[in-house]
Formats: sequence, C-alpha cells, structure tokens
Amino acid sequence: MSILEVKNVSKSFGGVKANENISINVKQGSIVGLIGPNGSGKTTLFNSIVGTHPIDKGSIKFDNKEVSELPVPVVAKLGLLRTFQQTRIYSKLNCVENMLISHKASDQGFAKIFSKIPPDLTERAENLLNFVGLHQKRNLRAGDLSFGQQKLLELAMALMNEPKMLLLDEPTAGINPTLINGIIDRLIKINKEYGITLLVIEHNMRVIMSLAQKIFCLAHGQMLADGTPEQIKNDKRVIDAYLGAQ
Amino acid sequence: MKKSDLILYSGLIIFGLAAPYLFPAFKVQLTILCILIVLAMTWNLQGGEMGYNSFGNILFYGLGMYLCASVQVGMFFPLAEWTESGGEKTFEHTTSQFFQGMGFGLLVAALIPTIVAGLIGYAILGLRGHYFAICTLGLGIAAGEIAGGIEIIGAGQGFTTPPFPKDIVNPEARGEFFYFLSFILLIATFIFIKWIYGSRFKLILNAIRDNEDKAEAMGIETMKYKIVGWMVSAFFCGLAGGIMGGLIGYIDSTDVAFDGREMGVFMVLMAILGGKGTLWGPIIGATLFHIFKEGFWTILLGWQYVALGVLIVVIVIYFPEGLMGWLREKYPERFGEVIDEKDRKAQVELK
Repeated sequence: MSILEVKNVSKSFGGVKANENISINVKQGSIVGLIGPNGSGKTTLFNSIVGTHPIDKGSIKFDNKEVSELPVPVVAKLGLLRTFQQTRIYSKLNCVENMLISHKASDQGFAKIFSKIPPDLTERAENLLNFVGLHQKRNLRAGDLSFGQQKLLELAMALMNEPKMLLLDEPTAGINPTLINGIIDRLIKINKEYGITLLVIEHNMRVIMSLAQKIFCLAHGQMLADGTPEQIKNDKRVIDAYLGAQ
Repeated sequence: MKKSDLILYSGLIIFGLAAPYLFPAFKVQLTILCILIVLAMTWNLQGGEMGYNSFGNILFYGLGMYLCASVQVGMFFPLAEWTESGGEKTFEHTTSQFFQGMGFGLLVAALIPTIVAGLIGYAILGLRGHYFAICTLGLGIAAGEIAGGIEIIGAGQGFTTPPFPKDIVNPEARGEFFYFLSFILLIATFIFIKWIYGSRFKLILNAIRDNEDKAEAMGIETMKYKIVGWMVSAFFCGLAGGIMGGLIGYIDSTDVAFDGREMGVFMVLMAILGGKGTLWGPIIGATLFHIFKEGFWTILLGWQYVALGVLIVVIVIYFPEGLMGWLREKYPERFGEVIDEKDRKAQVELK
C-alpha cells in the first residue's frame, strides 16, 4: 500500500521548469531515495509535497488524502513532516525546549492555548535526545550546537512529532564520516522500530545505496530513472547525468 | 514554589504595598512606574518572545485611555457636552458615580482593544520583520490623527477626564487610589505572564521568533498564536491606558494617548534595556529607565532629550541583548546552560 502518491506534478518559477510531470510512489514502511544533480528539482518537489507553494498541475495524495491544496501546518498535522537542507532549529531555545515544542500536542483546541507542558513529555524528549546522542548538551541553546549536532537535533524534533512519514533533505550533508554511520543506523532504526516511512534526498551515494530500497533520480526537473539501488548504479543515463561518465 | 521565590515575591509585594507611605512625595512616579512595567512586559511578549517588533502597542494604550474616560463620563452625562464645555465645569461625578464609571470604563478599556488587536492582527500579522514594524508604526500615528478629529472625544482640544470626587476630603486619597489600582494591574499582569512562561504558548511564541517557517513545517498554526499573543498585550495595555488617563486627568490625542513618539518608543527601550525575551528583563529595564528618565528631566532640564538619546545609544552598543542578556552571556551556567559531564560518555558511544 502506498502512503505517498505524487502524480504528474509540475511546478515552474517564471521560465524555470523546476518539476515537469513528476510521479513518485512511496510504499508504507519503506525507505526511498531521491537523487539528482544540483538544481534538478528535488527540494522543489519536497516543497510541493508539504505545501510550501502551490503546484501548477498534478495531484499529491498522502494516506489517500489529497494534500496539494492544503497549507503547511495542516499537512504536517496529518503526519507528513520534512526537515530542511539548511538546518532549521529554534536557536535561542535549549534542546529540550526545542523538543517539547515539536510535540504534536502543541496545537490543540483554543481552550488549551495557555496550558502547561505535561511533565512526562520532558522525559520523552530526553530519551529521544539520548537516541541521537545529544543528551549531555540538552540544556544548551540549540544555536550554540555545531551544524552536525543541529542536524541530529532536527531529526530528533521530527521524531518527537510522531510522524507517519518523514521527508529528509540531505540528512548527512556537512557531517563527519563517523557521525554519518550513526545517522544511517538511526534512520534504519527509526524506519524499523517506529515504522516511519522515509523519503530521503541525498548526495552521498554510500549513504543512499545502503539506506534505500528504491531510488528515484531527477535531472533538469524531469524524472530520469527509478529502480533499486543496483539498477540506478548501472543505469547509463544516471551515470551520464549525475554520477559522472567515465 | 521554591522558598527563595516565595521570599522574593512576598518581599516585593510588601514593598509595593508600603511604597506610597514610605515615599509619599513620589506616589505619582511610583504609579507611573507600575504602568511602565506593565507596558514593557506586554511589549516583551511581541518584541521579545515572538520577535515581532511592534510600535503599535501604543494604539491599545491610547484606545484604553479614551474608552475608559468616555465610558466614565458617558454613563452619567452627555459626552459631547462634557467635552465641549471642558468637562467638570458643568457636570460633577458623585463619589459612587466616579468609581462605578471607572470600574466599568476599565472593563471596556480592556475588552475593546483586545478585540481591535484581534482584528488588526488578523490583517497585518502576516507581515514579517521590518514590514510589520513599519506597519505598526503607522497604526499609532493614524490613530492619533483620527482621534484628533473626533469632536465627541474632544478632538484637538483634548478630553478632561472626570476629576476625583470632591466628597473625599483626604488629600492623599487620589494618589493612593491610582497607585493601588496600577499596582493591582501590575500584579495581575505579572501573574498572567509568569503563567505564560511555564506554558506551551511561550515556547510557541519563541518558536515563531526563532524560525517561523520551521514552526509551520512542524504543524503549528502560527497565525493563531500570533494573534492571541497580541490580544493578550492589548488587554493589559488598554487597562494601563485607562488608569493613566485618570491619573493624568487630561487626554490629548497625540501627546498623551497615542504618544508613539514617547511612550510608544519607551516601551520598546525599557524591554531592550532590561533584556528582551526574559521575564524579569522588562521589569528591571522599566525601573532603571524610569529612574534615568526622571533624573534627566530633573537634573538636565533642557538637555533631557539629548541625555536620553545618549542613553539609548549606550544601551544599543553595549547591551544589545539587555542587562539580562549580558548576564546570560557572562554566567551561562547560572541560567542552566550547562553541559552534562556525566553524559559525556554517551557522546563517545555514538558511532
């Protein structure tokens, strides 16, 4: 059963056709990769899916519900979350507060607008911070963390929200090799233990080949190829456009 | 509540209750100080916690002032005749009329600005950064000009608020009444904002300040919270305005009520001086600011605005984050920003 169905989505900015007739299908519980050269429209596709900007044509279905017309917070509440290429965290709050604010309950009805934070949530936040290895720095301001740690924090924040599906925009960019292994382990764990479906944009081939069960490759806003990591690795068009012809 | 907090709060309340008797000559100044703290604390909700630098909170203050006085007069006498004749010369409030009018006037002065904030907020809180600041600057100026053209509230010649009832002969009564009224408002504001500091609401405002796009991407409907935050400020600003109108006794559209040039800027300065985005910053800031300002007006008369300007420049250059922010940078561990050494191992294990 597919959790995310993108059908014939097109989006252009002025004369630039960022996405042309893109179709993607993501099965529930799977890890899917999205690769392509810079400017091939990967992030634009993410933005279209979560509703940052309206799409020109096509349809996007999440959990069998059309989401292409919905605003960002509503899509997020359905359980479809994204992280950003440039980390976005709340820099003047400490890590625990960053986590607390990311919890789903943050947007209940009007009567509870001034309600206190339930104490058990703090424990959950600290457990998740431990999971990404940030427990010892939990009382520091998030803005004082290094870039890599901020990426990990952003991942933990996304988990705190208990999404059904995560769109990760280059989760390992700018992170040292040892930590990358840590992130791969954690992503697989997230997928297996929490059952969260992952759609990952990644330039690091080692990462994406070891993570994904299926990979889509974009180039110049068009779908170039899709298949298993093996098929993609050996696809002539992908090699020419992206991996580099030899 | 911790024991040290209990001592602090009870000490401050006792001081607040005793202050008008300890310093009877400064009663009016103490009253104004309470009002200033309320304005600084509520401005801090926008500028400090939410990151939306508003110059428009003066609108609610002025609105509250006019509304309170209008209701206080209008409940018993024809408002138009009152303002035309310069008020108290023709009509006189009895003691009970004065207090009834004041009570009901303050209620209106709290509610209407709150509603106005909701409506205006819905329209303009979609703007961000400088655009929002400039737009709110326009609000205060426009309100002053409009109020200056409305005959029924005195237009350009101003509005004399009902004088304190003549039946109360004690000469100290008027000062004490307004002092305690503003002191109660200060305590109510503090309790409410202190509550907010322990709630999700405060974290959501901070999230909007630090990264509004991220907050939306995480499923927070930021617009709702921005509007509610502004409405909270408007509620207390309106009350502050209502009390201030009664204290001053005379409302002018641009120099007293919608005084964006002074009060509207002061509330921003006070919050910045003490430290935006902290509970105590605006309180400390307002107190220091008031002392400095009154000092300049007394000692450096004629040069007071120059001295104030220098003070502003010094604040911005040396304390860009305010006193609390400066302390936080010097002693981060006092503010709970510590690395948990016991857990250093956990970091090593992450491979």
